[in-house]
Amino acid sequence: MSNVLVSARGLEVHFPIGGGGLRRTPAGLLRAVDGVDLDIHRGETLGLVGESGCGKSTLGNALLKLVPSTGGTVTFDGTDITSLDRRGLKEMRRRAGMVFQDPFASLDPRRTVAQTIAEPLEVHGLHGGRRERAARVGELLELVGLDRSVAGRYPHEFSGGQRQRVGIARALAGEPDFLVCDEAIASLDVSVQAQVLNLLRRLQRRLGLTLLFISHDLSAVRHLSDRIAVMYLGRVVEIGPAAAVGSDPQMPYTQALLSAVPLPHPAMERERKRIVLRGDVPSPAAVPSGCRFRTRCPYAFEPCPTVDPALQPAGAAGQLAACHLHGVVGRPVDEETPQGIAPAAE
Amino acid sequence: MTAEPVPLRPVRPRWRETLGLLVRNKVALGAALVLLAIIVVAVFDRAFAPQSANAQDIADRLQAPSWSHPFGTDNLGRDILSRVIIGASVSLKVGFLSVGLALVVGTLLGLLAGYYGGWVDDVLMRLMDMLFAFPAVLLAIAILAIRGPGTSNTIIAIAVVYVPIFARVTRASVLGVREEVYVRASRSVGASDFRLLTRHVLPNAAPPIIVQTSVSLAFAVLAEAALSFLGLGTQPPNPSWGLMLAEGREFIGLAWWLAFFPGMAIVVTVLCFNLLGDGLRDVLDPRQRTLMAGGGR
Repeated sequence: MSNVLVSARGLEVHFPIGGGGLRRTPAGLLRAVDGVDLDIHRGETLGLVGESGCGKSTLGNALLKLVPSTGGTVTFDGTDITSLDRRGLKEMRRRAGMVFQDPFASLDPRRTVAQTIAEPLEVHGLHGGRRERAARVGELLELVGLDRSVAGRYPHEFSGGQRQRVGIARALAGEPDFLVCDEAIASLDVSVQAQVLNLLRRLQRRLGLTLLFISHDLSAVRHLSDRIAVMYLGRVVEIGPAAAVGSDPQMPYTQALLSAVPLPHPAMERERKRIVLRGDVPSPAAVPSGCRFRTRCPYAFEPCPTVDPALQPAGAAGQLAACHLHGVVGRPVDEETPQGIAPAAE
Repeated sequence: MTAEPVPLRPVRPRWRETLGLLVRNKVALGAALVLLAIIVVAVFDRAFAPQSANAQDIADRLQAPSWSHPFGTDNLGRDILSRVIIGASVSLKVGFLSVGLALVVGTLLGLLAGYYGGWVDDVLMRLMDMLFAFPAVLLAIAILAIRGPGTSNTIIAIAVVYVPIFARVTRASVLGVREEVYVRASRSVGASDFRLLTRHVLPNAAPPIIVQTSVSLAFAVLAEAALSFLGLGTQPPNPSWGLMLAEGREFIGLAWWLAFFPGMAIVVTVLCFNLLGDGLRDVLDPRQRTLMAGGGR
């Protein structure tokens, strides 16, 4: 049994832009996920961070085949899920769950909490029989810290944090190995965020889950994760042990991201140097050639526009960064077929 | 951990709760009771009608309402009360069956078009647009001209007219619901398309369809009246409300009751369908439910 549970190789999710109506040829291509290589180890919590729109949610969805990938492969426990048949896909869906961002939108308002949590059981024919299923729903409710007496209630009768617990219970009902938490705490109050975060951590340890924790909140990710992956414009640009990436990042983008997190100690907070990036994230419809961070990078130099950097060892053990500062490694940009429209770096 | 079963169903059975809320909604309850009465009378029309619908008594023609003929008599001396009662069965049968047919076919087409999108949507909705392009009455007349007049053909003609309306209303509603996160959430736990459509999409897309049904029932009764008026629907001497209205039109200045009573029957029935539809839409929404059960109105 391999140590890697979920693995992406050259994963691409491109969306056509425009071309609606009678025009069948799209006007452009939005590269939401653009060549991601990622291994998620059994039993680990991998934090995935990045700005809004960098493709981290799309990546999470593509790993579960909830959005179709347009290139590359995803393997789940040794099986390529991009070519699964209906039955295989269904079994994969039992073994991999998802917790969604907005707990107000992710529960069907017309179904009771019990009906929502029991859905995976019904779909996969688990715990057959009404009494057994009801008992299992009660167990799941207690597992996520809710009283089993709430089973007959509707979602609108609950607070955001309680609803998110229901969403977690649903995701756990089929006893999955892998759980994707897509901004699972972003729309909760700060006090409730900590509760849900701790619940996830406890469940992960107790059930031996493999967790992909997607968030734009770097401090929450550092708190929860074993490893951290940083995404920028559809690509993983740095990955490594949480302590290393969180304290000694090797990619200028991660350094900037980290410098934006306030420090708890007043003296250290006064000393904190902020790296302020110039400009906005380029549109994923017009990705810069070579290193996609070069248009905003304070250290950009000659190879950046011409060589697309690959992940290479940098810093601590197990830490990888896609940056030419650690040696120019990567695929040269073919002048004949440009990757995208490249605005000239100043 | 103790494995004590918890209720999978709502705490109280849903239908009982629904009924309870409907009882609280006085307007909808009133409408439901009146409709129930009309339906009972229509089903047991022969038992309720004091006379046969077609029994003529020329000596007694065009009598104003009186104790012996509460709704008066028509130009052939037939008892209008009896004809309204027997006409109710024809009018309601046409209304329920045509709308029922249109509801089933239209909702199914709209559901498929809205959920799958792409070429399925294009093909189905362009077909619906073609049907929609004809004026409703013209389309119904054309169908009846091809298939010949009669009650069952009238039902088919009205159903064909209403299919595109149900398809459009359903599609529009489904387009919104299918993007909801809870639909994706159900897919993420492995639910099939069939399950998503029947358990999540359709129930959440239903409120506008319910309202459309009640409005269409009302219009179908009127459409039957219009077609009978043109001589294509119910054939004389059999009564239907529309046909009676048409026949009464000639005598409107002389004997108002010929057109008035079947007209009132249409108005009351149509109004009750609409009020009940609005009430049902409110009552079937769990979010409204708690508000209404808690605060009352």
